[in-house]
Amino acid sequence: MALIEVSHLQKSYGAIRAVKDVSFSVDRGEVVGFLGPNGAGKSTTMKLLTGYLRPDAGKAVVAGFDVTEDPVAAKAHLGYSPEGAPAYGEMTVREFLRFAADLRGLAEPAARVADTLKLCRLEEVAGQAIDTLSKGYRMRVGFAQAVIHDPAVLILDEPTDGLDPNQKFEVRRILKDMAARKAVIVSTHILEEVGELCTRVIVIAQGEVRCDEPKERFLQRGADLNQVFRQLTA
Amino acid sequence: MSDTPATPGPRAGAAFLAVLRREFAGYFRTPLAYVFLAVFNAFAISLAFFVGNIYEAGVASLDRFFLYHPWLWAFLAPAAGARLWAEERRQGTIELLLTWPVTVWQAALGKFFAAWLFLGCALLITLPMAFTVCYLGDPDVGVIVSGYVGSFLCAGACLGIAAVASALTRSQVIAFVTGFLACFVLVLVGYGVFDELLAGAFSSGTVDAVRRLGLWRNLEPFTLGLVDVRPVAYFLTAAFAGLGLSTIIVERR
Repeated sequence: MALIEVSHLQKSYGAIRAVKDVSFSVDRGEVVGFLGPNGAGKSTTMKLLTGYLRPDAGKAVVAGFDVTEDPVAAKAHLGYSPEGAPAYGEMTVREFLRFAADLRGLAEPAARVADTLKLCRLEEVAGQAIDTLSKGYRMRVGFAQAVIHDPAVLILDEPTDGLDPNQKFEVRRILKDMAARKAVIVSTHILEEVGELCTRVIVIAQGEVRCDEPKERFLQRGADLNQVFRQLTA
Repeated sequence: MSDTPATPGPRAGAAFLAVLRREFAGYFRTPLAYVFLAVFNAFAISLAFFVGNIYEAGVASLDRFFLYHPWLWAFLAPAAGARLWAEERRQGTIELLLTWPVTVWQAALGKFFAAWLFLGCALLITLPMAFTVCYLGDPDVGVIVSGYVGSFLCAGACLGIAAVASALTRSQVIAFVTGFLACFVLVLVGYGVFDELLAGAFSSGTVDAVRRLGLWRNLEPFTLGLVDVRPVAYFLTAAFAGLGLSTIIVERR
C-alpha cells in the first residue's frame, strides 16, 4: 500500500478553484518533486494533504489514515514544513523542538531533540532564539520539527527557498539520507533540483496534474528544462 | 531511528499539557509579562486606595478593592488574550500547530487555561492587600476568599471575549482593541449613568434584564460573601462560550 494516496482532491477559495481534481500516490522510498508555477495549487495540495485545509471533495490518505476522518492519527505519521518554515520565533531552537516532541507525546523527548539537533546540524544554535537566526538556520529548524518523530511521510513546501548553494546542498544531503525509508514530497520551482533530489516528478498547473512520471523520463523530455516546464504548464 | 514512527499517536492529555506549558511559559519569555503584572498590581491597589478610599472607609473589608476589578479585567484580559490566536496567524505557526497531532479543541483549551492561569497569577500578587486588611482589622476571611474567586471568574469571562477577538484577526492590536471594547460594554452595563440612558428608550423590564448582564452586577455578590449559582453560571458561560466560539472560528478554514 502506498504511504500517500490522494484521490480526486478539490478545493476552492470563493470563486477560485485552486485544486481542481488531483490524484496521485507515493510509495516508500520515493522522493516526489512537486513542480509548478506560483499559484498553481502546489501549496494548497500540500495543505489538504497535511490536514490544514479541508477538501471540498476527494480524499487524502496518509500511512493508511484518512486525513479528514482520522486527522490526529494521520498527523502522527506525518512531518510537514510549511512554506517559509514558520516557527515560534521567541523560543530557542531547543525549546521549540522540545515542544514539538512533547506535543507529539514522543518517548524520551530529550534524546529525540538531541538526535534531531545533530541530524540537522543545529547544535551550535540550539540555545538561540529562532528569531535571531539566519534564513538558512531557520529553514533547517522547520525541517527539524518535521523529522523529529521520524515520520513515514514527509512533506516539505519549498525547503530550499532562499538558501545559498551550500545550504541547499546540506538540505539535499539530509533528505537523501532518510529518503529510502519514507515517502517524501518536496515542492520547488527550481527545475535543477529535480535531477539531484527527486525520483519522480509531478507537474501541477492551474490546479491539475499535468505530468506524473519518473525523473529519468522527465529529464528526457528535452535538453532545456525551462522550455519543457513552459510547455507543460501553459 | 526506526522504520515506522515510534509512537502510534500522542495521548490527548500530552498535547493539551504541551500547549498549556508553552503558552504559560510564553508570557514570561518577554518583559511584557512583568510589565503586565506590575501594572495590574499598581492599578488594583491604587484604585482601591485613591478612588475607593478603602483606608478612609475604616472598614476591614476588600469590597472597595474588588469594585474596580471589572475595569481592570476589561483592559488586561484582552491584553493577555490578544496573542492567543492572532500571534499564531501572524507568525504562520497556526499551520504547524494544526498539522501536528492535536485537535483544535485541545490546543484551544491549552491556550485558554494558560492565559487564565496567568491572569490568576496577577490576582495572587495582590494578596498582600488581603493580608494588610487582616492585620489592620478583623475581616471575614470567607468574604475575602469569595471575592477573589469572583474576580478570577470575572477574568475568565473577559478572557472568553478576548479569545474570540483574537481568533478573528492576525493583528494583536486589533484583537486587543476589539476585545477591550466588548468587555468595556459589559463594564458599563449596570452603572447608573448607562441605566438612565437605557431607561429613556426601553421599558423597565428590558433595562433590568440588561443590567443583569453587567460584570459588576455579577461580581458584587461575591464581594459580599454571597456565592450564588447565577453569577457563577454567568461568568462560566461567558468564558466557555468565548472559548467555544473562538475554537469554531479557528476550525473553519
